[in-house]
Amino acid sequence: MELNLTKAGWLAGVETLLAFVTANAWAANATRDPATPNIFAPASTPADSIYHLSLFVLAITGLIFVVVFTLLAYAVVKFRRRSGDDDREPPQIYGSNQMELAWTVIPVLIVVVLFLAAARVIHAIEDAKFPAGTTEITAIGHQFWWEFQYPGQGFVTANELHVPVSDRAHPTPTHITLMSADTDHSFWVPKLAGKTDLIPNRVNSMWIDPHETGVYVGQCAQYCGTQHAKMLLRVVVDLPEDFNKWIASQKQPAIELDSVAQGRHIFESTACVNCHTIAGTDAKGKFGPDLTHLMTRTTLASGAIANTQENLRTWIKDPDAIKPGCLMPAMQMSEEEVDAVTAYLMTLR
Amino acid sequence: MLDGDSISKPVFVPRSETMTRPLFDRVHEWIVTVDHKKLGLMYIGYGILFLVIAGLEATAMRIQLAVPNNHFVSPQTFNQLFTMHGTTMVFLVGMPLLFGFANYFVPLMIGARDMAFPRLNAWSFWMSALGGIILYFSFIGGGGLYGAGAAPDVGWFAYAPLTAKAFSPGHSTDYWTIGLLVSGFGSIGTALNIVTTVLCMRCPGMTLNRMPLFVWLNMVMAAMVLIVISPLTAAQIMLLIDRYLGGHFFDTQAGGSAVIWMHFFWIFGHPEVYVLIIPGFAIASEIIPVFSRKPIFGYAIMVAATLSIGFLSLGVWAHHMFTIGMTSYSNAFFTATTMAIGVPTGIKIFNWLGTMWGGKLRFTVPMMFCVAFLFQFLIAGLTGIMLSASPFDWQLGNSYFVVAHFHYVLIGGLVFTIFAALYYWFPKVSGRMFNETLGKWHFWLFLIGFHLTFDFMHIPGVLGMPRRIYTYEAGRGWEVWNLIISIGVIFQIAGILCWVVNFLWSYFKGKPAGNDPWDAWTLEWSTSSPPPDYNFATIPVVRSRRPLWDLKHPEDPDWKYE
Amino acid sequence: MAATTIGVPQNEMPLGHELRGRVGMWCLIAAESAIFSIFVVAYLYYAGKSLSGPTPREVLEIPIFISIALFSSSFTIVRAERAIERGNAKLFAGWWFATIALGAFFVLGTAREWYTLIYEHGLTISSSLFGTTFYSLVGLHLSHVLIGLTGLSIVMVFALFGKVKQEHAERIGVFALYWHFVDAVWVVVLTVVYVIAR
Repeated sequence: MELNLTKAGWLAGVETLLAFVTANAWAANATRDPATPNIFAPASTPADSIYHLSLFVLAITGLIFVVVFTLLAYAVVKFRRRSGDDDREPPQIYGSNQMELAWTVIPVLIVVVLFLAAARVIHAIEDAKFPAGTTEITAIGHQFWWEFQYPGQGFVTANELHVPVSDRAHPTPTHITLMSADTDHSFWVPKLAGKTDLIPNRVNSMWIDPHETGVYVGQCAQYCGTQHAKMLLRVVVDLPEDFNKWIASQKQPAIELDSVAQGRHIFESTACVNCHTIAGTDAKGKFGPDLTHLMTRTTLASGAIANTQENLRTWIKDPDAIKPGCLMPAMQMSEEEVDAVTAYLMTLR
Repeated sequence: MLDGDSISKPVFVPRSETMTRPLFDRVHEWIVTVDHKKLGLMYIGYGILFLVIAGLEATAMRIQLAVPNNHFVSPQTFNQLFTMHGTTMVFLVGMPLLFGFANYFVPLMIGARDMAFPRLNAWSFWMSALGGIILYFSFIGGGGLYGAGAAPDVGWFAYAPLTAKAFSPGHSTDYWTIGLLVSGFGSIGTALNIVTTVLCMRCPGMTLNRMPLFVWLNMVMAAMVLIVISPLTAAQIMLLIDRYLGGHFFDTQAGGSAVIWMHFFWIFGHPEVYVLIIPGFAIASEIIPVFSRKPIFGYAIMVAATLSIGFLSLGVWAHHMFTIGMTSYSNAFFTATTMAIGVPTGIKIFNWLGTMWGGKLRFTVPMMFCVAFLFQFLIAGLTGIMLSASPFDWQLGNSYFVVAHFHYVLIGGLVFTIFAALYYWFPKVSGRMFNETLGKWHFWLFLIGFHLTFDFMHIPGVLGMPRRIYTYEAGRGWEVWNLIISIGVIFQIAGILCWVVNFLWSYFKGKPAGNDPWDAWTLEWSTSSPPPDYNFATIPVVRSRRPLWDLKHPEDPDWKYE
Repeated sequence: MAATTIGVPQNEMPLGHELRGRVGMWCLIAAESAIFSIFVVAYLYYAGKSLSGPTPREVLEIPIFISIALFSSSFTIVRAERAIERGNAKLFAGWWFATIALGAFFVLGTAREWYTLIYEHGLTISSSLFGTTFYSLVGLHLSHVLIGLTGLSIVMVFALFGKVKQEHAERIGVFALYWHFVDAVWVVVLTVVYVIAR
């Protein structure tokens, strides 16, 4: 049985190492797949700095692990009582001041080194200065969706934000101011940066400068209530031309098509307008997401479902079916009314 | 002097003699008792009951998360489950189990007949019990059993303003607040008792320098409880004032601060986890020497390291707040203090290693649990160092990596030492030996389950999975890991079942244990098993840290070398 | 008591269990100090941050008389302790009663102050951050004074029936320690609320 203990000890250690190695190998192979975030596949300077720091920390802690684990495993094997042993007690050693000194001084040195490495990165990320041409976005957390304001460009959108890709030589970072309308939330897109919380009555700040175009998925990372799990966000990193095109289209008021007049009328005469804004109409509610360009988003309900007509219809008819406990009530509309409103919203490009 | 006459002869009391009294009398005796041993056992029984309940809560969560988009429980129920699981494990399992062991063994180890304040001891236990009952009544109150009633769903750290009346209408938050407030008074009472007992009730010759490490570390833990539970009590009073008297402590609409709740909570919350693990260290510091057949390596340094951990633990709390947007100076400060606390903790691991080194290791079930504790606590400490680097925490914080880390410390560290303690002292408490084979089955099954679940749990955190989510979509790369994590639970349950069966069977049918089945060296092993009500017929007099070693080795006693 | 203490040198004898009461009371004081500290921190943190309502400078006056009364009660309780240590039960009862009277004066004075604050200035626990933190901190202290007064009164009843004797001096000392603590907290609260943050 004693031998098995050693075997199992090795097993546990090897398995742990294997898990980390596997994770890293897998991470290294991780593609630009937007749905699989990964802190070991950074695409922006803050995430990059953290990644390099993490490799350093992992190397040191890995070394400590191997050394101490080996000593423990050796002790367990070498000093176990063997069956032919007499019952004499081993030498009763009470301690050793030299050993105590050694295993105090060395860890202190390690701690100093680790601290300096971490302090450098803390300063680099938190105290960064921004060049002219930085895109400014204000993110406001709500239960259970994200409001994104572009104060420089004068429009508001929700849940999916677009930012320009940043050239390493001539950076065009994006600076995000973080606030909350209700409880605590946290903005976390692992490939772009570490997370920063959105706290009511407090203004926080973060920045990203994505080096590659693509769609990066993130999620609220501070428990904020019933539907915390379905408060996803998407950061779409565009080439400069695409970004400008997107900005230009977002600045336009809502498209008005006569074919969906009935749906628009229902929307404007029901309580929908109490919560939602559609620019250029009488709908000026602030409690829920801005719907002016709803159809430019790939998902609905803050990343809970894909943005299709079918899903939109279900969502309008009964939000609880998709996000039970969310704050959008079912408006008890008839089937025709739901169809009409869906058709109207489908035109908001 | 401690001599052959003052050590009790083994007295085996046949079961039939004690079982003839009417049931009512026997129950009544336990309800009105002020005896530290009975209260200790009640604390431990209470802790085990809630361990099972909180374990079932965890099992329900793991079933829900085993596959994406699962519908095993509703989001509301899931949120209640993780809140109750965490709250229960910390306050109704960890604290009672540890107070239970302290209550039973501290007086015995210092040669006393009871705690300093026996009636306060009883009052504290019943207050703790009441707190737990209030908390769990929440499942029945409000919406009743179907729909899981009004159990709190704000997370075990109950961040403001989620706990404000506006965001938590109804009484779920109040069950959390009041249940813990009441149980906190009980904790302060027991802590006060332990400190006073250790300072004032030691037998002649037992200077502070000669106390067993178990006693030292429990005293440090109790002293910490006195200072550290109070911030939580204060914050909870403030929360009640907000919710019921219209106060604005955490009312962000009136200029109040959500962040100040975090500060107050974590000024309690971080030292609390050291309160939980230090008794685990205490247990390891008794068991490892006995089964290595050597004294603890570096006794004085172990005491000093524990004192520094206790002291430093008061200065690291904001490492739970690295993501809230503190200045770079604050983040750097707390990174420094958190890394610093790794040093005395590491020293302790080296000292346990030094104890085993050159010894004659006997791998009994308690020793196996302690050895596993050493390996696992090493890993847990290292993931803690990773999290202490503030920028690394900006990625890993609030993700499943953190969940993996703290379960590694609390289960891989604390629960393993608690199992070790249960097996080590079962013979003393019951008078019988447990079944060795079943004990080993428990160990291996639980070990495999623990590693399946918590090793692999680090990975979803690295892949961006936040904590406290009731479901996740497919295609995020999290599915296979969550499935493995959930499968590990099955092995852990199997291990626990082995243990329950073992102790139930052994209590009635185990071999008589005698006073000192392990050939150990501290005073509790000089009494009969179980000890008589009065513990010691004659108060012992000691001359060294290992009074029974001195007795067994009169040619080579410890006091010649200390 | 230990049956055999032969052979144990004096420097190896641990603290005796006659010190239990004092050690226990100091532990309680440690825990209570921690609670008060948190309320003081909250008070200081929120000083000046109220969005509306009267400011401390506008409505608070340093409560000199009730403070003198409370501090004096520490003096009278010490005199009572000395009296019972010498076995003088009558003198003890006199000084003990003086302590209660001074404590009661403190409570009544606080009640008057609060009446003014609530009805003349509109400052309540819910009216502003200042109101919340003021009534919580001062109220927490007041609750401890009331608990102390209750204990003092119970002992007074025992004393009037002649039940308090010289052998109870240690227990009286332990209780007095609590009362001194309540006094010490008032020093802090007075300084923080009426001087520093006004």
